[in-house]
Amino acid sequence: MAGSTQTISEYIVHHLTNLAYGKLPEGFVREDGSVIGEGGAWVMAHGGEEATAMGFNAIHIDSMLWSVGLGIVFCWMFRSVAKKAEAGVPSGMVNVLEMVVEFVDNTVRDTFHGRNKMIAPLALTIFVWVFLMNLMDLIPVDLIPSLLGLVGVHFQKIVPSTDPNITMGMALGIFILMLYYSIKIKGFGFVKELTMNPFNHWLFIPVNLFMEVVGLLAKPFSLGLRLFGNMYAGEMIFILIAALFSAGVAWMLPAGLLQVAWSIFHILVIVLQAFIFMVLTIVYLSMAHEDH
Amino acid sequence: MPELIYVAAALMMGLGGLGAAIGVGLLGGKLIEGSARQPELAPKLQVTFFLGAGLVDAIPIIGVGIAMYLIFVVAG
Repeated sequence: MAGSTQTISEYIVHHLTNLAYGKLPEGFVREDGSVIGEGGAWVMAHGGEEATAMGFNAIHIDSMLWSVGLGIVFCWMFRSVAKKAEAGVPSGMVNVLEMVVEFVDNTVRDTFHGRNKMIAPLALTIFVWVFLMNLMDLIPVDLIPSLLGLVGVHFQKIVPSTDPNITMGMALGIFILMLYYSIKIKGFGFVKELTMNPFNHWLFIPVNLFMEVVGLLAKPFSLGLRLFGNMYAGEMIFILIAALFSAGVAWMLPAGLLQVAWSIFHILVIVLQAFIFMVLTIVYLSMAHEDH
Repeated sequence: MPELIYVAAALMMGLGGLGAAIGVGLLGGKLIEGSARQPELAPKLQVTFFLGAGLVDAIPIIGVGIAMYLIFVVAG
């Protein structure tokens, strides 16, 4: 959509805008001049300004649909392969998915020291799901947004992991699991861990509490932001290279080569980030299971 | 002073890259050292190396992303 009427920064901002559905406040003047009536109204956002005005009462439809859709793809893929699995020599897709399952299983065995049947399936889900979400980054940036633009959907971000709402949501889910298992396994020991570490004296309880709570909150925060930051930066560079195509015919070949080169490098990044997200989840949950 | 945005972006990319380069350099050196001492541990060390490299790598890449945003969207 790098039309001649768009500047580069407009092009980039357009690509970084989610398709949002939300509640506009009362008295808000929309793009076409209409004014929102009493009590606000639930509408599709036309552009970033309206999405900002919606504030908390908004949902990113594209992120939700793509991430849930990819989750269904993951379940369907593994189910269809699991039904085909037999004792003989595996081939094709069965082989690939067996390798993935075995890899995750080994990683969980190596890093998780507690006893919990839920960790391995959780790790597999996180790994494959995050990988699939990151994989959307390799689809050419303009392809799906411009196809959807033809049918009247003007904003589309197809990589759910470049939306902080998705990554922080996943991190929040893991944070809740961390708290749940800390309380379940350690009981009162969890409170003791928060208040009696690192200085084991009652006078230091406020200091300890502050340090431990900051440390505890930093875990899900950095987990979500790391994935978001990596994918966002990668997406940003894809968009910039795509913007090069508008610079003239002479730039087409270099831009194409750059796109390929960055895609190849990005394959490493997307797998690595999915792996890191999984390993850190296992490590954090393992820490929640350690009873002293 | 919109020119300062370019300086900010340069500092962001440069210092982020500097730190990460030193970190990954040390990491890779230690990996080679470790796998030279105990070659049978090499595959295991490699996994840990990639984990560490991924953690270190995140900061400069995020820096580059923010810098690009500053240059092309905020300043542009």
